[in-house]
Amino acid sequence: MKRLALAVALLLLATLPYWVGNSYYINVATQMLIYAVLALGLNVLVGYAGLVTLGHAALFGVAAYAGATLINAGHGHIVVAIGALLATLVVTAMFAVLALRGTGLGFVMITVALGQIVWGIAYRWISLTNGDNGISITVRPRPFGLPLDSADAFFWATLVVFLIAVAAMAIFVASPFGAAVRGTRDQPRRMTALGYNVWLTRFLAFLFSGFWSGVAGLLYLYYNQFVSPQTVALSASAEALLMVIAGGTATLLGPIAGAVLVIIMKDVASAYIERWNFVLGAIFVVIVIFMPEGLVPGSVRLWRWAVGLARHQARPVADERA
Amino acid sequence: MNLWLILSVNSVTLGGLLFLLSAGFSLIFGLMRIPNLTHGSMFMLGAYFGVSCIAWGFGFWTAALLAGVGVALFGAVIERFLLRRLVGAELAQVLVTLGLSFMVADVCLMQWGGDPISVETPSALRGSTAVFRLAFPTYRLAIIVIATAIAAALWVLLDRTRLGAMIRAAVDDPAMARVVGIRVSHLFTIVFALGAGLAGFAGVIGGPILSVYPGLDQDMLPLALVVVILGGTGSLLGSLVGSFVVGFLYNFGQAVFPELAYVVLFLPMLIVLVVRPQGLFGRVAL
Repeated sequence: MKRLALAVALLLLATLPYWVGNSYYINVATQMLIYAVLALGLNVLVGYAGLVTLGHAALFGVAAYAGATLINAGHGHIVVAIGALLATLVVTAMFAVLALRGTGLGFVMITVALGQIVWGIAYRWISLTNGDNGISITVRPRPFGLPLDSADAFFWATLVVFLIAVAAMAIFVASPFGAAVRGTRDQPRRMTALGYNVWLTRFLAFLFSGFWSGVAGLLYLYYNQFVSPQTVALSASAEALLMVIAGGTATLLGPIAGAVLVIIMKDVASAYIERWNFVLGAIFVVIVIFMPEGLVPGSVRLWRWAVGLARHQARPVADERA
Repeated sequence: MNLWLILSVNSVTLGGLLFLLSAGFSLIFGLMRIPNLTHGSMFMLGAYFGVSCIAWGFGFWTAALLAGVGVALFGAVIERFLLRRLVGAELAQVLVTLGLSFMVADVCLMQWGGDPISVETPSALRGSTAVFRLAFPTYRLAIIVIATAIAAALWVLLDRTRLGAMIRAAVDDPAMARVVGIRVSHLFTIVFALGAGLAGFAGVIGGPILSVYPGLDQDMLPLALVVVILGGTGSLLGSLVGSFVVGFLYNFGQAVFPELAYVVLFLPMLIVLVVRPQGLFGRVAL
């Protein structure tokens, strides 16, 4: 049954450009997949390692900036991809070494500060990043000679990367390393007693998370052909975190659902109102206060509670009649 | 007057403003264990409140006090009705403060528009004052005096009064403080309102120097974070030293390495994190 559902979902995804038709909606779907890859990567840290970070957009942005710089220097797509991901890994390692000096709230504060440094560099180091104007690239790369200029083609390319990311996450979750990462979240002292190097486990989880954020950042660059300081702002990190939390942390499907939800909300919100940031903040507050377990399980719980309340109120009336 | 002297005066002034901002941040973190991400918003909100009060015809200093009280009330409401619901879930509290900061920023944009608003220096403090035969801008000296006075008042409050003793007890051991009859949850509201009010007040008196613009909150919050990570949480002395270090780094960094000002600003924080994670004057690690 589960396999059948998976096969149907895959078939629907792969044929999406045929039954959607309108290239606007195909592009929205592409964005969902790109952000789903970012959310999947972030979930490794937030969900499985229990380390909440508010600087993840910086890693996403480093990949995009490095990619843009390399493309404009005239390098081919393989050099661009490898270079951008290497740059992301180096920055991720620096983030990890510094942020892992604190745990819990200290970790959050340090990641905010580190994210703001990257933002400051993107905004102020004009000779490197072109400041507020950002960097544009003129062409989408052609990996292995395949043209990616149409919405359909780019969707399929993103889908392939997305599926690889999902597979990597499934392998990660089932692997001994995944179990060790969850162990450091739940029982760090016991893990130390068992002979695990808690710091190293968290460090590697951070690298794994940063790698997929970098992949998403590169896709983002190819899709938009533009990157600016807005990409690495605190609100971008918060958006990514919202995707993970909204969908439900430490689940494989949660971040994907979260990314889809946030992109839909952002799309709908920006079509009808200008106040996306207000809506983003309000959703944050509502989710954290009323549905700490995530939007999908939270809605189910609230629905059951509402139904239960309705029945509860209906019963005394019935008793009176009897 | 030579450039370095001007930079130094500006650095000390910014340090004074940062102290007003980060003392509250540090106290809130020390007592409630919340990195209050609305703290930059409180600064900006205070500045905008001040602008409106001045537009309604109040004097500069009245406006600053009114804005401080207004923001303190706003902080008390947030603490009492939102953060109180999430006691014990610190992470949830951080996320709520983050969400609120976006909402405040957007409401300010809606209410006061996207253009920077400059605040006039109060007329009595325009011009310059001669100190040791050197001319200093009077208003900047006034900020330094105010910050020093508030630092002294905070020190007296924390070290010499009953309320301060209760706050210190609650910072050190909240459970034991409750056992001996201190209503720690009341202290939470008081400290959160006090911190917010100080930030709001700082926003107004910083207005003539920084002006008020959308994004001011996002500019100030990282500075407060750096101060607190540098100086150590829950320590007034740490906030004071950290503020002046950051004030100097910010001004000199922008003058000497304009493109890398942000990196210069954050470097000492990184070094402190690696060498001494509890901060220069903090007692416990982050």
